[in-house]
Amino acid sequence: MSVDKNASGTVYERFQSTTEFQDLRRRVRSFAFPMTAAFLAWYLLYVVLSGWARGFMGKELGPFNVALYFGLLQFVSTFGIAWLYSRRAERRLDPLAKQIREAIEAEEAKAEEDVR
Amino acid sequence: MSHETLSIILFVTFVAATLAITVWASRNTKDATDFYAGGRAFSGAQNGLAIGGDYMSAASFLGIAGLIALYGYDGFLYSIGFLVAWLVALLLIAELMRNSGRFTMADVLAFRMSPRPVRTAAGVSTIVVSIFYLLAQMVGAGALVSLLFGFDSEFAKGATIAMVGVLMIVYVVFGGMKGTTWVQIVKACLLMTGAALIVVLVLAESGFNLSSLLNDAAQQSGKGDAFLEPGLRYGTEEQGLSGKLDLISLGLALVLGTAGLPHILIRFYTVPTARDARKSVMWGIGIIGVFYLFSLVLGFGAAALVGSEEIAAENAAGNTAAPQLAERVGELVFGSAGGTILLAVIAAVAFATILAVVSGLTLASSSSFSHDLYAHVFRRGKATERDEVRVARISAFVIGAVAIVLGIYAQRLNVAFLVALAFAVAASGNLPAIIYSLFWKRFNTAGAVSAIYGGLGSAIFLVAFSPVVSGSEKALFTDSDWSWFPLSNPGIISIPFGFLCGFVGAFLSKEYNAEKYAEIEVRSLTGAGAEVASKH
Repeated sequence: MSVDKNASGTVYERFQSTTEFQDLRRRVRSFAFPMTAAFLAWYLLYVVLSGWARGFMGKELGPFNVALYFGLLQFVSTFGIAWLYSRRAERRLDPLAKQIREAIEAEEAKAEEDVR
Repeated sequence: MSHETLSIILFVTFVAATLAITVWASRNTKDATDFYAGGRAFSGAQNGLAIGGDYMSAASFLGIAGLIALYGYDGFLYSIGFLVAWLVALLLIAELMRNSGRFTMADVLAFRMSPRPVRTAAGVSTIVVSIFYLLAQMVGAGALVSLLFGFDSEFAKGATIAMVGVLMIVYVVFGGMKGTTWVQIVKACLLMTGAALIVVLVLAESGFNLSSLLNDAAQQSGKGDAFLEPGLRYGTEEQGLSGKLDLISLGLALVLGTAGLPHILIRFYTVPTARDARKSVMWGIGIIGVFYLFSLVLGFGAAALVGSEEIAAENAAGNTAAPQLAERVGELVFGSAGGTILLAVIAAVAFATILAVVSGLTLASSSSFSHDLYAHVFRRGKATERDEVRVARISAFVIGAVAIVLGIYAQRLNVAFLVALAFAVAASGNLPAIIYSLFWKRFNTAGAVSAIYGGLGSAIFLVAFSPVVSGSEKALFTDSDWSWFPLSNPGIISIPFGFLCGFVGAFLSKEYNAEKYAEIEVRSLTGAGAEVASKH
């Protein structure tokens, strides 16, 4: 990891500017922010349709009406997003976070040693 | 044997088991981490069950089934908001909070801001939200006993509230987070098992054909197809535009409030790592999602097999739909003894539900009082851990006693709106403060304090002038009318207002601590320097 040992500031400030950390931060935000916007919009669409598009929501499609499918799809999308996030976190976030955490802990341990 | 006797036996068994757990937990509660965070030693699955236990209140168990039984589809709309809300907690909050906080919601805010003002604000908001929620649950307990046992006297209701209060004080004071978490786990298992049992029986009665169950429900309700469509309860055509805006407002408060509820947030501290916090939310989403699918069957099942009229005759709000359904379906499948047994089981589960939820709320508010207000504001961070835990126990006792007295006093009042208000305050004040602190570099003390007081104040202010407090039949005060705000839920105004206050407040102050921001950002995302689980 490319930590500039001569840079000023705390250990956290130095690690904050590493490319690894910036990469982790980008990976976290590039999933969480758009996904939050998406599921909130999807949920609000459902609430707005429930308020203003009752004809559409009442349409029969096979055994159930649109409203019930829409509601059940909210369950499906919630379970789906949770599963997607969890899989992504295990693969793309946890290993990188661990690598940075261990580097920080090693440096802190070394700093303590130096003090002694 | 009558269902009342059987119910009491089952409930006493639950209480005995949970008290035994509490005794065990108290022996294993040695320091502040044990008391506030259960030693951070719960697994993701255990904490996920406890999240379900904390979250699925009697309002969602009895309330949503009742709403569906009386108003059809609109009750389902309510449960969807409660479920989708967990994605906010999963994607934005759970892991980062586990990595950067210790015991309370305020820890995350105090990390890079001036501790005394933000802890005061967060402590006040935590206590207000928890007490509102607690009061609604206590009054619900009083109402439940009269519904399930036919005790109509004021004395019986008061005695029930006092008993629930005393038990919750015992769980929290002696068991701390360890005891309370186990109470939640036991309750979640009982609730899921009880609900699953009735769901299977209801489906068996309808030949495992959901479509025919829904059609029966629609027919029995007397409302026809409209019963399966939105619009009978929220935003009805007679209410016009304000009714529909109220629906949006409720939806926003439900979906954004959950991740700002203090008793939910402190659950993330009970596991060893951020990864376990994520797993616990995954488990929580699974359990809560399945439970709300169950409640769909319970609600429509009650409408089909018991009938909306018979339910409304028993309780105008429909809160007895689930117990009535249990009795009916038990009779249909196993004969009259079966009905008695199932009714008794569901009544006992409902009490266990209330007891678990009120314990979680008491723990959240007493932890915040002790850790935020006493240790960091009054004692300026100089209190020892022993002192803190002692004060937390005393405050649990005091908060419990106050809740008993207020609960008994409020039992004739319509306080159901307090739950919605708690969600609105959590979404308007707590959520903006937490989100900004975790993700926005420029955020500072002035921003956090403005967001919390702005969101809290505007939500309470608007509700005070809304039809739930005065000027309607179902209001807190029915005799006079000072309402001018047309919506019963303030979220649509107060949530954006809280976010705006935080934004403007942050810009009005020049305070910015680059060093502390680097620390919280790196720590929250990597878990470096995070609190570890207790060794014992």
